[in-house]
Amino acid sequence: MGSPLTGYLVVAALLFSIGLAGALVRRNAIMVLIGIELMLNAANLNFIAFWRYSPHPEALTGMMFAVFSIAVAAAEAAVGLGLVIAIYRHAHTTELDKMNRMKG
Amino acid sequence: MGITFYLIAAITLAGALAAMTLKHLIHAALAVTVAFAGLSLFFLNLDAQFAGFAQILIYIGAVAILIVFAILLTRSELPKEGVFSRTWFVGLAIAASIFAVLGWAVIASARALPSEATAPSVNVHDIGVALVGRYVLPLEIVALLLTAATIGAVIVALHKKERAE
Repeated sequence: MGSPLTGYLVVAALLFSIGLAGALVRRNAIMVLIGIELMLNAANLNFIAFWRYSPHPEALTGMMFAVFSIAVAAAEAAVGLGLVIAIYRHAHTTELDKMNRMKG
Repeated sequence: MGITFYLIAAITLAGALAAMTLKHLIHAALAVTVAFAGLSLFFLNLDAQFAGFAQILIYIGAVAILIVFAILLTRSELPKEGVFSRTWFVGLAIAASIFAVLGWAVIASARALPSEATAPSVNVHDIGVALVGRYVLPLEIVALLLTAATIGAVIVALHKKERAE
């Protein structure tokens, strides 16, 4: 472990894997969305860590990428949870196994 | 990389693990809030104050509340067959193999990574100037995206009454 960046990258990889496992394994649609949020956050941690140890941090590239990524993730969460609520109104369930019809 | 890094990493990863394994949705939402808080501490630890406080405002203040509202509005009971899908081992295997690939890439490139750098002196003024200068087009696109997402979320979640005609 020469560089402090290694620790951050390993933590981000672990966080991404935990989020991916949750998104693949859980039955509930809300839990899948939480898993996706964790994966997006792991990517943000990578952006910030690379920005901090980059040769030109004053260019702000990684920081800006992370800020825009946070904004896009917020939009994604709003639309995703809106979709879950709409499906619940229709099918009275949030279990993904029971959402197996494309026709209402 | 001192004791603070390991403490924050432990808090964040414990929150994320608890969120993905806890049975009740409300407990999982609270655990993921802990993970979001740990990430904002990471950002502050990396001298990214703006991103850290934006993380607190947006994730703890907005996304966590949104998740809790979605849980309250859907009121799902615990399924009898468990919270994990039947093919959970496949998902775990995919996640573990992806972590193995990512970890291998990080360890293999560890020598090429930059070593300790001096803390960048970036304040909010610089970020504001960059946002309306070099990054003004992405800013406008994000503004449009957020407007569209807000309207879209309201329209999708709106309760449609049957038309009388």
